[in-house]
Amino acid sequence: MLLGFEAPSIDFHALAPEIVVTATLAVLILVDAFTPKQAKSAQSSIAGLGLLLALVPVVTLAVDGGTRVMFEGAFVVDTFSLVLTGLFLVSGYVVILLSQTYIAEGDYWEGEYYQLLLASILGMMVMASARDLITVFIALELLSIPAYMLAAWRKRDLRSDEAGIKYYLMGVFASAVLLYGMSLLYGLTGTTMLSEIATKLAGEDVPSAAVLAIVFIVVGFGFKVSAVPFHTWAPDTYEGAPTPVTAFLAVASKAAGFVALMIVVFGAFPFRVDIVEPLFWALAVATMFVGNLIALRQTNVVRMLAYSGIAQAGYMLAPLAVAGTVGDAAVQSILIYLMIYATMNLGAFAVVIAASRKTRSGELTSFAGLVRYAPGLAVAMAMFLFSLAGIPPLGGWFAKFGIFKTLVEADSAAGYSLAIIVGVNSVIALFYYARVAKTMIMDDVPDGDLSPVQVPVSLRAAISITLVLTVVFGILPQLVAGLTDNATLLSAVAVP
Amino acid sequence: MDLMLNQFLFLGAILFCIGVYGVLARRNAVMVLMSIELILNSVNINLVAFSTMWGVASGAVFALFVIAVAAAEVGVGLALVLMLYRNMRSIDVDRVDLMKG
Repeated sequence: MLLGFEAPSIDFHALAPEIVVTATLAVLILVDAFTPKQAKSAQSSIAGLGLLLALVPVVTLAVDGGTRVMFEGAFVVDTFSLVLTGLFLVSGYVVILLSQTYIAEGDYWEGEYYQLLLASILGMMVMASARDLITVFIALELLSIPAYMLAAWRKRDLRSDEAGIKYYLMGVFASAVLLYGMSLLYGLTGTTMLSEIATKLAGEDVPSAAVLAIVFIVVGFGFKVSAVPFHTWAPDTYEGAPTPVTAFLAVASKAAGFVALMIVVFGAFPFRVDIVEPLFWALAVATMFVGNLIALRQTNVVRMLAYSGIAQAGYMLAPLAVAGTVGDAAVQSILIYLMIYATMNLGAFAVVIAASRKTRSGELTSFAGLVRYAPGLAVAMAMFLFSLAGIPPLGGWFAKFGIFKTLVEADSAAGYSLAIIVGVNSVIALFYYARVAKTMIMDDVPDGDLSPVQVPVSLRAAISITLVLTVVFGILPQLVAGLTDNATLLSAVAVP
Repeated sequence: MDLMLNQFLFLGAILFCIGVYGVLARRNAVMVLMSIELILNSVNINLVAFSTMWGVASGAVFALFVIAVAAAEVGVGLALVLMLYRNMRSIDVDRVDLMKG
């Protein structure tokens, strides 16, 4: 008997990166179930290997070129999604390198840690390709729910509990508000496909419910990217969570939030920039100033990096405020920023993890005189911090330059005013980045203990990878710019 | 009796507002979780009502996904609350305030 159900055609090549990560996840669970408690260290190797293996189809798909559309447009593999999938896989691999000794030496379970990490990365990869509301929602939850558990990983430590519960309550509340916005959007258009929503909302008169839906959606994703005033969870969660998890949240999770924001806001409302742009302008300005000014008076390096991450999110929000005039240039400058930000921020966290293996603290004072007993770490940290501040020839300058270029190209009051504000904030940020460098190099070691820091191989590898990439991106910026050249999101939508 | 779309949307909006109030005003973590459930259910009512209005199933399918994900979320949430209770002997979210600055 025929059921009248036609199986959808599935392009397995396009889905290969996700399939590899899913298979790795299944292998991890099986290996975890059948190995004795002492042999759990294989988990991290398998997880890392799986992520590297998933990079292979990403490269072959990129070489193949073209856009692959599946499930009636709900899942799209193009340059935009491939660049981001690559970014998530590489930063996931670096996070595994950071976690290896940290998790193995803690007395908590190792297996589940890597399984949750991989599930979260899988959600991010799906997010990069999602082009309809249901897929975006599922990807968002798949990347968030494991992250809540990772934040609360040290479960007998009250600070870690606090990190997890704050992140959870804020995150779930944000996604509930976001869903309400999505339901309004569905009601206005009768479809969950972003491209169809865009054409239906393109007319002259906007229903007021559409404005409400846009605001709810931007608020919902604002929590994810820790934009002010929705940033309150970030510093506490970053400080309380295990440091490798903090690195993961600050880099990969934030990048995924930006991806979701770009996909939904510019997928569903490319012709409604009149509503979206002022919203992003206000968010970007508030996020930059609040992040930088509060970072100035932090005495804990991890907490300072949290606030600096909030400020960096402000720089990344800025091009969205002029996306209506410059189009895909805004998307490309954000992609470049995300890639460079990921390398330098992961590097900074790697050094913090390495140094605190000896000092057991994230306080600024514990970094005093680091250059005396760990010159390599101190120099690497200084380079990451100056890169974050945007000083040439390190990667950060090109990221900032891309943002400036996009803002000025817009040739509008909003663009110029934001460019000036980004400039002012870069100067403010230099103060607190330089203060850490000064403490490491000029100050004396607090207790006079000059014994060297034991840096395990995995951390060495993570610091080397991120340091090389930070320098290479700064000297040869055409490398990273070339990757994103064909990354388009806005022009994919047909103008009505 | 035929019901109008507005009646469903009104119910959804009221549930949403009660939920948001609960999240902001309640101090008991379990009550906050229940308030979040109220918001998610207001979304479900909206989605199913709109789905019927447009005569397409995608909204109802979306609602099914929301229900499934909400169950997973609450599972994790209750685990976190239980963990908090073990360490602090309280689930008052205002008392979870070790870190400042």
